[in-house]
Amino acid sequence: MMRKILLWAPLMVFALFLGVFLRGLHVPENTTITSKMVGKVVPDFALPAAVSSHPALTSDDLKQGKPILLNIFASWCLPCIAEAPVLEELKRQGVEIHGIAIRDTPEDVGDFLTQHGDPYARIGSDVSSQVQISLGSSGVPESFVVDGRGVVRLQHIGDIRKEDITKILAALEDAK
Amino acid sequence: MRRFVLASCLLAASIGAPVLAGSRMAAAPLANVQLADPEQEKQARSLMETVRCLVCQGQSIADSDAEMAGDMRALIRERIQKGESPAQIRAWLVERYGDWVTYAPPQHGVAALLWVLPAILILIGGFVAAGRIRRRRG
Repeated sequence: MMRKILLWAPLMVFALFLGVFLRGLHVPENTTITSKMVGKVVPDFALPAAVSSHPALTSDDLKQGKPILLNIFASWCLPCIAEAPVLEELKRQGVEIHGIAIRDTPEDVGDFLTQHGDPYARIGSDVSSQVQISLGSSGVPESFVVDGRGVVRLQHIGDIRKEDITKILAALEDAK
Repeated sequence: MRRFVLASCLLAASIGAPVLAGSRMAAAPLANVQLADPEQEKQARSLMETVRCLVCQGQSIADSDAEMAGDMRALIRERIQKGESPAQIRAWLVERYGDWVTYAPPQHGVAALLWVLPAILILIGGFVAAGRIRRRRG
């Protein structure tokens, strides 16, 4: 009996591998890639202003002794439209928000702010995603809670929704 | 059910374009243009083939048309042009995105097992076989 089981064992193991393999074909892995910059100081950067109504953004603006929310967005990004009112709500609650506009033109950013609201203190323009990549971010929208010394405390991937407000506020409070 | 699937496919096809909106900005200068120095271009190219695209997982940035992949190709070419080594650039990317971003996984920690285990198994197999052969002869 024991011998029989042993004889079949390799085939069983093979069948198991085959099963895992077949499953992988139908359920492709789609990992969320979190930034490894959480806990580290933001890399040095100096972005030009994305729109004439707002000042430019440099890494020094993230080290002013006060926690801020850094929001990576774009005028061409649909979830960013959904996120806009939530960011305004955060601003109303006293959160300082800086934006980085990805692959965008001043006209488009201007239109976006007029249409969907403007929660930003400063907006930097990142036309070839270089600062976005240096932050370990992999899409728009994405937000980072940065403490007063420029250390990234939290990364939020995707649009910030109403139900995320408490989490973001708590992270900002912790970063004080 | 089939009709529902068909209808949703048609719907998805009709609204597909705006949902997958990209920017209106042209690709970064070095995203699709080779470096003048063939040796540098070769280095950049082989690095790109082993860096994973972040928004189109399962493809390397050399194979992907995604805008972000283009921006990452531009970043790699610019850095190579400035004299950085492919290893430095890979380390810089891993520092930001973790080991996941590279198709040339580090050979330490758990991953090292993958390299060491086959050798150990072959050794064990060799000993077992040798023992059996000796016993049969004896």
